[in-house]
Amino acid sequence: MIDLTVLVVMILSAATPLLFAALGELIVERSGVLNLGVEGMMIAGALAGFAAADATGNPLLGFAVAALGGAALSLIFGVLTQFLLTNHVATGLALTLFGLGLTALFGKPYEGVKAPSMAMGPFGLHWIAWAGIVAVPLIWWFLNRSRAGLILRGVGENHHAAHALGHKVRLVRLAAISFGGAMAGIGGAYISIATVLQWTEGMTAGAGWIALALVVFSGWRAFGVLAGAWLFGGVTVSQLRMQAAGIDVPVQLLAMAPYIATIVALVVISARRKGSAAPGSLGKIFHATS
Amino acid sequence: MLRRTFLATTVALTALAAAPAFAQDDEPLKVGFIYVGPVGDGGWTYQHDQGRLALEEEYGDRIETTYIESVPEGADAERAITQLALAGNDIIFTTSFGFMDATIAVAEKFPDIKFEHATGYKRAENVATYDARFYEGRAVMGTIAGMMTESNTIGYIGSFPIPEVIQGINSSFIHARKVNPDVEMKVVWAYSWFDPAKEADAAAALLAEGVDVILQHTDSTAPLAKAQEAGAIGFGQASDMSAFKPSPRVSSIIDNWAPYYIERVGQVMDGTWESKGTWAGIAGGEVEIGEITEAVPDEVREAALAMKDSIASGEYHPFTGPLNKADGSEWLAEGETASDEELSQMNFYVEGIDAEIPQ
Repeated sequence: MIDLTVLVVMILSAATPLLFAALGELIVERSGVLNLGVEGMMIAGALAGFAAADATGNPLLGFAVAALGGAALSLIFGVLTQFLLTNHVATGLALTLFGLGLTALFGKPYEGVKAPSMAMGPFGLHWIAWAGIVAVPLIWWFLNRSRAGLILRGVGENHHAAHALGHKVRLVRLAAISFGGAMAGIGGAYISIATVLQWTEGMTAGAGWIALALVVFSGWRAFGVLAGAWLFGGVTVSQLRMQAAGIDVPVQLLAMAPYIATIVALVVISARRKGSAAPGSLGKIFHATS
Repeated sequence: MLRRTFLATTVALTALAAAPAFAQDDEPLKVGFIYVGPVGDGGWTYQHDQGRLALEEEYGDRIETTYIESVPEGADAERAITQLALAGNDIIFTTSFGFMDATIAVAEKFPDIKFEHATGYKRAENVATYDARFYEGRAVMGTIAGMMTESNTIGYIGSFPIPEVIQGINSSFIHARKVNPDVEMKVVWAYSWFDPAKEADAAAALLAEGVDVILQHTDSTAPLAKAQEAGAIGFGQASDMSAFKPSPRVSSIIDNWAPYYIERVGQVMDGTWESKGTWAGIAGGEVEIGEITEAVPDEVREAALAMKDSIASGEYHPFTGPLNKADGSEWLAEGETASDEELSQMNFYVEGIDAEIPQ
């Protein structure tokens, strides 16, 4: 028998890194910037957070440092794309490679170190995971009900129009980029501090790429991101759970399931929606001509 | 354009590679390693790298070692091995089962270079294989697991359903049941040698199923971290994993490759190297049992050490009949032991493991 509470907690926990990273990227993309460096920022957060948690013995402080680390790395991307007008796609990819290489180098002394243990929240789910769920309605409210959110979306839909209205396009985007970096950093740190409890090179293992896919999957909506993270986390965990319970389903099918589910969901969504929901200026370089 | 550059590079590098053959003995012997995980995995790759360091210690300036870590099993492996071959290595160790076909393919192109593939079964004139009888160590772990479990449910995290891993599952189970007839085993396949997040999730899934002892055939310490959170116990895999002593890590299987590496590289130096398959175990020192900690009661420790000693002396073989396959058919008769050939192709669970092996 599979205990439902335990299963739900496991799913929520597995979804948390994806949720943080994808919510951050949602804000970034809504401001018209495509940052493919999520994986790099996550791994940077995973190391920075782990190092801080190890040094201070305080996991929560680790998350704060992870957010700073992710944001700092993302600002490199921000400066390159917003001031030096480099290509978003190439710069983002470079950021991922940079993050992976940098952490492989500086992570060496932390290999084999144990993370300090962390207080659990209700139902044995870490407080950070709860915070991720709470962030969803907040981000929804910010995007749809707040003036700042309206400006952010305006910048993302049409940066020339927003600029003409007197909004500081580059400033808004830099703020969005650093927010995205901070969220990705927290997501990465959740893996090193709360899930795996150790540091290993490359430990985010592609979570950043899944987070990027989740943003598209969600149709650039906060609750869509939540649904996607739960779906992906759910299928990943359920297949391991079913194996442990000895339920007789081909293991390869179970291992493939998260990817199949994502493809099916993407197909359903794209068939339903007319045109693309992507922000109008997504990935385009902004250069004020006046 | 690209092809021309490649050809030029190949010619230049081959020339470099050939150079030591003409030079006298003052050129160091070049030894290359391909690792499946990062050197800091704390498990499998870490131990191979310890072997490499032992080589450097032994031979000093007479050799020069290089390694490429975190090489994925698959198309990338062939590229990485070729890279080491072009860089003029005289002997190349490829240290994961999934590098088997890539090793054979590259070895065909470089007949003058010697290759050693860990845990595979395909050999050639210039390709030797080496492996360790991990199932002997797992018989000892299984004994501890069977006596230590309170829920009578033990869990096993498998990497890939290949004979080596299936041997380990069967050996652990047979010996856990030998000391505790009520023991049940749950198996979760991670489909990865090294993926800490997935290993942690797999351990959590087993723990949620009521398992209080976790055995693992994946390389990270993540399952031990999970076991610690839940108050369960586990074992060091491939290396000692002593950071988790005295509990959850109550003992370990340690792969000690250093003597083999030293022997084989020595043979390349004096020209006696030839292709063969090596499969040593506890007796040969390739499989070591890590310290059994004070978290283990004395009687369990004694039983485990007795098991280890009888395997080491050759008195006992972990696969000794009567043993049936999971489908109920007879496998080994009373007193009969499994042949190496049978073991190297093992693709079934023994009776009592209520699960299917993914095909």
